[in-house]
Amino acid sequence: MIPAQFDYAAPESLGDALTLLAGKPDSKILAGGQSLIPILKLRLAEPAQLIDLGSILELHFIAETGGVIRIGAMTTHNQVETSELLREKCPLLAETAANIGDVQVRNRGTIGGSVVHADPAADYPAALLALEAKVRLVSRPPLPKSWETAGTVAGTALGQIVKGAKALWEEIEAKEPDPKRRQELKDWRVLPNKERVLRYADFLGDPDEMGTALGPSEILTEIHVPIEDDGAGVVYKTMVQPASGYAIVGVAVRLSVKGGKIASARVALTGVAAKPYRAAAVESALLGQAPSAELFSQAAQRAAEGVEALSDLHASAEYRAHLAGVQARRALEEAAARAK
Amino acid sequence: MSSPTTTKTEPFVGRRIRRQEDPRLITGTATYVDDIKKPGMLYFAVLRSPYPAAKIKSIDASKALELPGVRAVYTGKDAASVGPVPCAGSMPTLRVPHHTILATDRVYYVGHPVAAAVASDRYIAQDAVARIEVDYEPLDEVAADPEAALGKDSPRVHPEYPDNVAFTYHQEGGDVEKAFAEADVTVSQRFVVPRLAPSPMETRGVVAEYDEGAKELTIYSSTQIPHLLKTQLALQLNMPEHHVRVIAPEVGGGFGSKCNVWAEEALAGLIAMQVKKPVKWIETRRESIMVVAHGRGHITHVELAAKNDGTLLGMKLNIIQDIGGHHQLLTPIIPTLAVLMLPGLYKFRSFTADLTGVFTNRAPTDLYRGAGRPEATYVIERIVDIMADKLGMDPAELRRKNFPAPGDFPFQSATGLTYDSGDYAKVMDLALERVGYQNFLDEQRQARQDGRLLGIGLSTYGEICAFGPSPATPAGGWESATIHVEATGKVSIMTGISPHGQGEETAFSQMAADRFGIAMDDVVVIHGDTAKVHYGIGTFGSRGIAIGGTAVHLAMEDVVNKGIRFAAHLMEAEPEEVTFENGVFSGPGGKTTTFQEVALEAHLCRKLPPGTEPGLSATRFYEPANFAFPFGAHIVIAEVDRETGEIKLLRYVAIDDIGNVINPLLVDGQLHGGIAQGLGPALLEEVVYSEDGQMLTGTFMDYAIPKAKHMPWIESDRTVTPAPGNPLGAKGVGEAGTIGSLPAIVNAVVDALSPLGIQHIDIPMTPQRVWKAIQERSQA
Amino acid sequence: MQKTIQVNVNGREYERTVEPRLLLVHFLREDLGLTGTHIGCESSVCGACTVLLEGRAVKSCTVLAVQANGKKIETIEGLARNGDLHAVQEGFWNEHGLQCGFCTPGMILSVCQLLADNPSPTKDEIRHGIEGNLCRCTGYQHIVNAVEAAAKAKAGGA
Repeated sequence: MIPAQFDYAAPESLGDALTLLAGKPDSKILAGGQSLIPILKLRLAEPAQLIDLGSILELHFIAETGGVIRIGAMTTHNQVETSELLREKCPLLAETAANIGDVQVRNRGTIGGSVVHADPAADYPAALLALEAKVRLVSRPPLPKSWETAGTVAGTALGQIVKGAKALWEEIEAKEPDPKRRQELKDWRVLPNKERVLRYADFLGDPDEMGTALGPSEILTEIHVPIEDDGAGVVYKTMVQPASGYAIVGVAVRLSVKGGKIASARVALTGVAAKPYRAAAVESALLGQAPSAELFSQAAQRAAEGVEALSDLHASAEYRAHLAGVQARRALEEAAARAK
Repeated sequence: MSSPTTTKTEPFVGRRIRRQEDPRLITGTATYVDDIKKPGMLYFAVLRSPYPAAKIKSIDASKALELPGVRAVYTGKDAASVGPVPCAGSMPTLRVPHHTILATDRVYYVGHPVAAAVASDRYIAQDAVARIEVDYEPLDEVAADPEAALGKDSPRVHPEYPDNVAFTYHQEGGDVEKAFAEADVTVSQRFVVPRLAPSPMETRGVVAEYDEGAKELTIYSSTQIPHLLKTQLALQLNMPEHHVRVIAPEVGGGFGSKCNVWAEEALAGLIAMQVKKPVKWIETRRESIMVVAHGRGHITHVELAAKNDGTLLGMKLNIIQDIGGHHQLLTPIIPTLAVLMLPGLYKFRSFTADLTGVFTNRAPTDLYRGAGRPEATYVIERIVDIMADKLGMDPAELRRKNFPAPGDFPFQSATGLTYDSGDYAKVMDLALERVGYQNFLDEQRQARQDGRLLGIGLSTYGEICAFGPSPATPAGGWESATIHVEATGKVSIMTGISPHGQGEETAFSQMAADRFGIAMDDVVVIHGDTAKVHYGIGTFGSRGIAIGGTAVHLAMEDVVNKGIRFAAHLMEAEPEEVTFENGVFSGPGGKTTTFQEVALEAHLCRKLPPGTEPGLSATRFYEPANFAFPFGAHIVIAEVDRETGEIKLLRYVAIDDIGNVINPLLVDGQLHGGIAQGLGPALLEEVVYSEDGQMLTGTFMDYAIPKAKHMPWIESDRTVTPAPGNPLGAKGVGEAGTIGSLPAIVNAVVDALSPLGIQHIDIPMTPQRVWKAIQERSQA
Repeated sequence: MQKTIQVNVNGREYERTVEPRLLLVHFLREDLGLTGTHIGCESSVCGACTVLLEGRAVKSCTVLAVQANGKKIETIEGLARNGDLHAVQEGFWNEHGLQCGFCTPGMILSVCQLLADNPSPTKDEIRHGIEGNLCRCTGYQHIVNAVEAAAKAKAGGA
């Protein structure tokens, strides 16, 4: 239960972190470490280098701009749980964060780390899907071919020198005798970062494929959650595996009612399948209908429709699928009661 | 809330007094084994088999040895001089496979120790272990299931034992065939108590140091039995026993798992002597869950016969005990304890039990809190409930009808034990009263009409503890105490028990402060070091107070008597004329002298009484004539969520009779913790192996021990039936909660589910298992 | 590869050079000799290794020492001031909130944070608040009592 050796860098800017990652692609990004460090200790991963985002202040924030709440990747679960802004304008996310692990894990674990780790039983995904959240991914363009090896060296060097990546690259560039290579590096250096904003649902990727849309040189920097002012009732309901505290089934519901009819219904589940998902069949059964116990009961039965439920020591596929229905119904009832 | 320890307004014994142990524990200044640092100390880590059954073709340690900081790698060959890991079982049919401290040519379970890497720090030791290359030839067939392992075509765990049978044991009494022939009603059921990982919060750990000049090997081990370990280590390492010292430093819980003699202890000794440096090994939690002898692993098929009026007549049992790949110290003995206690608190005389221990390709099993008694109590208290259901009788009434009356004690059970004392109806009635039984039954009727699954479960239990008479224990059941009164009147108590959380430093200080009329802080209780405490057995089997405490009591009386002789001599009186009370010796003519003055005189010996040796000290041994038999009644109210299968425990009432109590605060603590360890297997805990012998619950991420939120509020009280067998009247409480709680919880859940026609549900009663049972019923 | 880090532990400044893979719990125990912080499971479940990092409870087996660079840490050794026990320590002692004591330092530090966030928690809130700390001895009931007693003492002393 001791990690294998690795190098370590704690850049103070996102730019430095990206450059380090570009320079040494067999690095791993360290956020709060609550998923990664246990993996390292089991030696299930033996990265050459950890790039610790902990010192990058620009990744620690929760802010509202233009109808969107932006949450920096390094925001801890505890900060999400206790944020006044989120409690007021996005209570589902705060409620979900309060459900994660235990207090020590919430103090250390980050929303960015959790989203990137993409554990199928994590809590956030259900809420993020129900909120139609987006993620911002940033990367450096790949190093010029002629610099790939040198870049690795530079990346290693950077880990040891407390100095911005920009200065380091300038230094390396200045020392480069070959004018062609020097120019190539200079051209690369001034290239802007690449960035893209993906729907969280798209970030999760195809349900049948492993992994997320995160590229090897990308860092997830922000979560975007739209503020919707439709009086929706929101609920996150979960049943946890008693040892790990991870969700066997977690259901997030966002339900709004207008003129006695369900105007919008988003039902998302985590823990049930290899990837979290929106229960489209449930949502379509609800839309436009008058909320009632019977409606919720019928709709919720479709919570695992078309999904291959996971089966493990703690819950068989059959039981998980069943729980998905039960918890979805209960969540719908509560959300309806909370809707304005 | 606890009482103060300094102001003495009434006797300390009997009061809720906060512990003497705690200041060091709450400030982080206690010394557990991993806190010990010796100059030049090395560390080792153990490489363990990833296979449940394999041959070892070769081991190549060269890559590990290349690593800077690595000092040595040990394999089975290097440890060949070390004697086998001992097993104390002695039944005639017992087969004991040779159990080397490191595997030699074959591994028998996942986690079997194969090699050890010694390095300058624990990180490098871990790196080195990862570089040891073992060429295994995995065996295709694995005996991973105890019942299947008894099958004709089962693969063999040990090639020399073709039937995988480790031992058989038979016990009978009365005339069981006649009992069943005369019965109006019989019921039967199969019960499984799964393997449990004892999981003390501190894992095992050893520091070994060899003094070449003195030829003395010192082993610091997180153990419950330093003295027994000393003897066994001397034998294993072929050392003169007087050159071996074992120290149990602060021990972070044991629950039986550290009442053992472990391969790593001898291995540490071997390495320290050969590498000539102190060496430390600290077990990881994965290792702990994987290889620290699992408790239970017990499968019982039981039949119970009764008359229509509820008179129980007899019981037939067929028991399989999962042994694992090897025996540990007490492995084969534990299920025989279960057999002895299977008649429970009931009067029936006819009994037959066949027990088979079976080797499997799994880690060894051995004692764990309760050790056989939780298994027995689970079986008897469940089957009695099933009988009550079949007879349509109230479960409490059925029990009452079959209890021996208070006048029947000492009472001989169907298995020949002599229960020392008891009033079983009294504890049960108090429990029923506390829970409000009749009101609950009304509430339950209403709840059932509302479709709620609400149930009540009763368990009455008895246990055999205060281990024990030496002829009936594998390695001596006595205990020793030395009391030394210093020249200044301070008191040192050296006890042979080895407490590790139970609080005897406090309990014995209470006793000594009362007897000698001094402050509790004037007493120190020393334990767990074979060089300081010369004789001892250890702490296990709920024996600390009843056996260790009685030895202290006897030694205190000797000290008082000797003090009286000194005091009388000082007063120029006869000893018969002198009394001792509240720290003062009183003689004829109003003469008095204090305990402290006598202590000083006994040390200075200016006036030594004739025929009296200097010093105010005494050593006594206590050998009990019988075990003690605490008993109690636990009642649980539970509600089941029909849709999810989740169980909520709404009430928990525990009434226990453990005889006289020295410190009720400590007793409550033992009881609560014990209940948690019965709730664990009832609802959460189970070591799970796959069909091919891999362990699926190797960390606390999968093996669920109870968290604070899983525990109900425990409402507890006591009745007091003093133990007749020892002068303290104490019985033992360490295991009571674990024994009483499991059947009470299961009975409550089964009662909740009974409207659905469910008669039994296996443990742990996970939501999935409960849901499945409900599903099967609703589809039936 | 080695890294030099500076940390403030229990009010004292330390500078040490460490391997990046060194876990904070080993740093505290081995490099600084603060052995009151214990290791119970290494998998971030049991909480025996809990310390306060910048005032928040964390599991020091799941934090790298290098991540604590420049930060303030409190361990069990730093709780008592001038020989006076902290209210939470007193609570655990008076209410018999510990037996073997191995989980206790971590448990106490978690409770310190719990009471800082919520000075008068209900029994349920206490049980929820110590979800990240396992105790195998007590069944938690006396721990709940201890936290209530500490909360009461703190309120009385404030």
